[in-house]
Amino acid sequence: MPTVTEALTLMDYGPAPESTTIALDWLKGRSFGHFINGKFTTPDETFATNSPASGAELAQVAQGSDKDVDAAVKAAHKAAPAWAKLTGNQRARHLYALARLMQKRERLFAVLETLDNGKPIRESRDIDVPLAVRHFYHHAGWAELLADEYPDHRPLGVCGQIIPWNFPLLMLSWKIAPALAAGNTVVLKPAEQTPLTALLFAELCIEAGLPKGVVNIVTGDGRTGAALVASDVDKIAFTGSTDIGRAIRQATAGTTKALTLELGGKSPFIVFAEADLDAAVEGVVDAIWFNQGEVCCAGSRILVQESIAEIFTNRLKNRMKTLRVGDPLDKSTGHWRGCR
Amino acid sequence: MTHPRNPGMPLTTDWFDRVQINRPAAQRRAATLTTRRSVKKEHQAAWLVKAITCTDLTTLAGDDTDYRVQRLCAKARRPLADHIVTGLGLPDMPTTGAVCVYPTMVGHAKRALSNSGIPVASVATGFPAGLMPLDMRLAEIRYAVDQGADEIDIVITREHVFKANWTALYDEIAAMREASGEAHMKAILATGELDTLSNVYAASMVAMQAGSDFIKTSTGKEPVNATLPVSLTMVRALRDYGERTGMKIGFKPAGGIKTAKDAIAWQILMKEELGRDWLEPDLFRFGASSMLGDIERQLEHYVTGRYAASYRHALA
Repeated sequence: MPTVTEALTLMDYGPAPESTTIALDWLKGRSFGHFINGKFTTPDETFATNSPASGAELAQVAQGSDKDVDAAVKAAHKAAPAWAKLTGNQRARHLYALARLMQKRERLFAVLETLDNGKPIRESRDIDVPLAVRHFYHHAGWAELLADEYPDHRPLGVCGQIIPWNFPLLMLSWKIAPALAAGNTVVLKPAEQTPLTALLFAELCIEAGLPKGVVNIVTGDGRTGAALVASDVDKIAFTGSTDIGRAIRQATAGTTKALTLELGGKSPFIVFAEADLDAAVEGVVDAIWFNQGEVCCAGSRILVQESIAEIFTNRLKNRMKTLRVGDPLDKSTGHWRGCR
Repeated sequence: MTHPRNPGMPLTTDWFDRVQINRPAAQRRAATLTTRRSVKKEHQAAWLVKAITCTDLTTLAGDDTDYRVQRLCAKARRPLADHIVTGLGLPDMPTTGAVCVYPTMVGHAKRALSNSGIPVASVATGFPAGLMPLDMRLAEIRYAVDQGADEIDIVITREHVFKANWTALYDEIAAMREASGEAHMKAILATGELDTLSNVYAASMVAMQAGSDFIKTSTGKEPVNATLPVSLTMVRALRDYGERTGMKIGFKPAGGIKTAKDAIAWQILMKEELGRDWLEPDLFRFGASSMLGDIERQLEHYVTGRYAASYRHALA
């Protein structure tokens, strides 16, 4: 560290690292099995999940086999009737309990997410984790209202959910919270690159007293995902690449499985001459560099009215000079220097 | 000031009359700026010391007296207790950017600050409303300069902005700049009363075209004083003026800035939007009085690891 006098000349931000102790303590010596029927299995075949920023191994997690997926889907089916029969208010109480426990562990979730995914701690701390918590609160509210607002809707049964690595915990919330609120049970497969926050969430399901089998989490790579798609689920929800989305569409064609696909995009960002150009530049920054650009609806094309093209481009270039690339665990970092 | 003074230029309304400022976007940028950057430990201490050197330590109250001004000047000379300066390892006692007072207090301040190198800033032109006849306002500037003021903080006529009477606004500010002579002139826009950020941008641009050395947010007497979205709009205006003229204009947020945390928020804004140069007192000042006390408290905590009770700190 420089002295105060040296720092006075530099006037730069200096390091502001977030401590990893809380997450490393949680991970210490752990080898994770799947979360099936309310408990963790003993891992058989495992693989490493690494910190993309440092390359360090964070933990060993289980590679889900057909057998594992089958056990998880069976558990979810077994739990489904009782879960669907609960009143909206009873399901809401479970969701509120999960939301509160996640809120209590916000720091741990944020540090773990940044370690496992490489996104800046500012984003996991200020965006991913708080939003994930809010999704559980929000859908707890929907569970309460469901019978009044959608009287004819019935649970589908077991939802198989496959999520990507760009918003690991947030994607989990988007998938699990509404499914549970509507009376479904789930088998979720997190991305093989970023399984850790889902496993922490599984621990909270135990702590919250969620009935066994309502949430099941099977880790693994694409083979595990394919097994889940082929399994006896009532619905597949997938977020990820367009190619895999097509493959899933083909695999589920001709079956009764419901399907939701959220795939890649190439969204335009349109700037008119009368716009507040600085506001538009900030809009571009959020649209294309938020989450290091790893967003399915990232504004990856800019269409600018000709009369302001030059000045807009110059302002955007100048703004790019203030983007900060560095250690994702530093609170002043906007972008980690690599990409998953 | 190490930068050449802004000579001003003819009124050019097409630099601002079609510029629209999107308020929600400005608010969003202002709100996230301070969450995107963090300054800790030695760096935080350094930034706070820098904030002291950028502070126009101010008293603008109806009950100001020569003794109060003397006390303020003593604080400007020695803003930190000796043990804090030693603990920080600073070679010298830092001093504030200036002392800011009413015109009739300038003489007291000059005497109290003699040989210190600390400039005296005086508000003028019928502060804070600015609704005295123009010749009286100009006479007030000359009086303050005659008393020895090094910097003059003028207020603009808000009515000219509401009526988009840019010629009247330009002429008024240009006359004030002329009356200020060698003294550096800061134009107070009273942004809390200008209603829209587009007005703030236009008024900023007119003030710079008329030759202001600094643009300043507020008198401290409006219902809303310095805010980050308003400051963002003003610094972007001065960036745009600088790009077109090559001149570096200073910025002074004033009013309502009370804590060390506020100081760092504004410093982050300056660094991100304008760059390193705008962290120095020749281009950046805080109009503040109670902020210094909180900075001293935070620095004492940095040095000793403990917070002192407020009564242990000298009155500012």
